[in-house]
Amino acid sequence: MIPLTHYLVLGAILFAISVVGIFLNKKNVIILLMAIELMLLAVNTNFIAFSHYLQDTSGQIFVFFILTVAAAESAIGLAILVVLFRTIRSINVEDIGRLKN
Amino acid sequence: MSFQLAVFYAFALILVFAALRVITARNPVHASLFLVLAFVTAAGLWMLLEAEFLAITLVLVYVGAVMVLFLFVVMMLDINIDRIREGYWEYLVPALVVAGTMLAEMTLLLVGRSLRLEGMPAPAAKAETYSNTKELGRLIYTQYVYAFEIASVILLVAIVAAIALTMRRRKDSKYQDPARQVVVRRADRVRIVAMKSDKPAAPAAPASEQAAP
Repeated sequence: MIPLTHYLVLGAILFAISVVGIFLNKKNVIILLMAIELMLLAVNTNFIAFSHYLQDTSGQIFVFFILTVAAAESAIGLAILVVLFRTIRSINVEDIGRLKN
Repeated sequence: MSFQLAVFYAFALILVFAALRVITARNPVHASLFLVLAFVTAAGLWMLLEAEFLAITLVLVYVGAVMVLFLFVVMMLDINIDRIREGYWEYLVPALVVAGTMLAEMTLLLVGRSLRLEGMPAPAAKAETYSNTKELGRLIYTQYVYAFEIASVILLVAIVAAIALTMRRRKDSKYQDPARQVVVRRADRVRIVAMKSDKPAAPAAPASEQAAP
């Protein structure tokens, strides 16, 4: 049988990897969005692990709502990205300052 | 080592590898494909945790919809990779310090004896007639029904926002205004000009005859 801590440590590793990803890809908005998705995946894994070991289905309901909000968030984020690219022909974070004019 | 534990380690390795490739891949298309791999592997792990409905939802909603949207946007945009990658490793040291500290803290807390998570007993096997989907549906439509309604409103807001942000009118396309079409009068469209009738001029002589001496 798999101990609960295995899942929790795996979630912590995933979370740490996506934090590193946010630091490294500071210019690329698309990869930043992907790192946020990875973070949410790590959190969801923790929720499901606890829900399984504590025999409480409410944890899975939380994951359900997190998935909903994450899907909405990425849809709006990508829409903003498309509009940004249309305006300044770039998705580099450094170029966003050009929106001032 | 039991079979379940072996499966867990294999999936965990694939998941960590895919996550590392997501954040280091040079090409954003590769990054999103590795993110697909990470989601599918995580769905496998959720299946191990007996959360069947959510595992399938993850594949259907995330791999099927959100990641396709990501791929669509990545391929639609023309990204200058060389410019965006310059100074990529600049913040590696602070990133490793922050992430390493976080990981060490969480591991200390989780594996340490204070929370007594290590000895948490595995739950008993469910009865054969137990249905994860049924249980989730029962909870969503009774205890969490308000949250469910709010979630659907959030999705509606996302639809409206995404369309409102990205829809644009082309400048060179023509539209009709029905209100102005209805109120139009004859004088707006037709102008009668009084002019004398006259004979048309004789056609010019062909060019070849004029050129000959």
